[in-house]
Amino acid sequence: MSTNENSLSSNRSRFSPGRLSWNPYAVGAGIGILSWLVFLVVNKPLGMSTEISKFSGWIAGIFMGQEAMVQNAYWAEKTPAFGYSTVFLIFTFLGSFFSARLSGDFFAERVPPLWEKYQGPGIAKRMIAAFIGGALLLYGARMAGGCTSGHGISGTMQLALSSWLFFPVMFVSGIVTAKFIFRRKVA
Amino acid sequence: MSLPISKDSTAGLILSALFGIIFGFLLNKGRVTQYNVIVNLFRLKDFTVMKIMLTAIVVGGVGVFAMKGMGLIEAYQVKSANLLGVALGSAIFGVGMALLGYCPGTGVAAMAAGRIHAVVGFLGMLAGGIVYAFSYGWVNENILSVAAMGKVRLPEVTGIPAIAWWAILFVGVGVVFYLLEKKFTTSEGES
Repeated sequence: MSTNENSLSSNRSRFSPGRLSWNPYAVGAGIGILSWLVFLVVNKPLGMSTEISKFSGWIAGIFMGQEAMVQNAYWAEKTPAFGYSTVFLIFTFLGSFFSARLSGDFFAERVPPLWEKYQGPGIAKRMIAAFIGGALLLYGARMAGGCTSGHGISGTMQLALSSWLFFPVMFVSGIVTAKFIFRRKVA
Repeated sequence: MSLPISKDSTAGLILSALFGIIFGFLLNKGRVTQYNVIVNLFRLKDFTVMKIMLTAIVVGGVGVFAMKGMGLIEAYQVKSANLLGVALGSAIFGVGMALLGYCPGTGVAAMAAGRIHAVVGFLGMLAGGIVYAFSYGWVNENILSVAAMGKVRLPEVTGIPAIAWWAILFVGVGVVFYLLEKKFTTSEGES
């Protein structure tokens, strides 16, 4: 009886919102089950990068004018508009925010310690790398037709050929890039 | 209420908020909003990302496969296999992910956890989206059209039925997890 109670309470604490981390297999299973619901309810896979490219369109529209922006061949296809994916992006942000606040994982990080070990403490250098990294991410994601969520999780689970090509190529490319970034420690 | 519902209806938007909250919460609890966890995957020192993704693929995939079989899901929603575009795009994506330490989804979630470099990374993503839109005409004509096989799935391409693919994936993922747990007693990479 008491062992039962113990295992119950330890299970509860293992998945309490205040914990910094949950078991990765459980998190993965949670994302898998979430995709069932999303498929069932709206018949749409989880995705993120298309919506970000629509945010790009909004910003471009401010500078070049709305009419000119929607004339662009890409944004004519993926026209920026408030909708399902916009809400999904905003609430993904909020979900992570709540989780981080509850567990004490919320903190301002400019230069991650691991980056600093190999690339030095310079804030400008880290920010330039982050900016270029972000630009390459979205450029690559749009060319490939999806990102880690759209291809890496949603596409692979539907056995899409495109996604099973995306996954290994991305992985190898990341490994090669990391070899360069983390080649030599500074000082 | 018949499924699927229109995603941009009020009910769709409310559910989207719920799905998003859960997704963001799970990303943070899975620690993939931490720079170290992502880059240490590429340094082959921490396989948290791999464990999360492969579990999500197997759990999600088997459920989606079963629901499709039962007629609960209308249609598969896969991306076009423009083989050159996907190969090139994913290679560029990998460089970006190692440089930034996040992918688009985890980047959004990391901003919410206060990571300022992730905010700069997000601005970079917006810039990348703009550059892509302006180069799209050329890319579409010269890259996306090469080896374009359409929205195909492995069962159609290989002739191996989906159920067999799932058997292969189950065993493969099981072996990977077994080896990871055996070899890496601690999932904490260098910090």
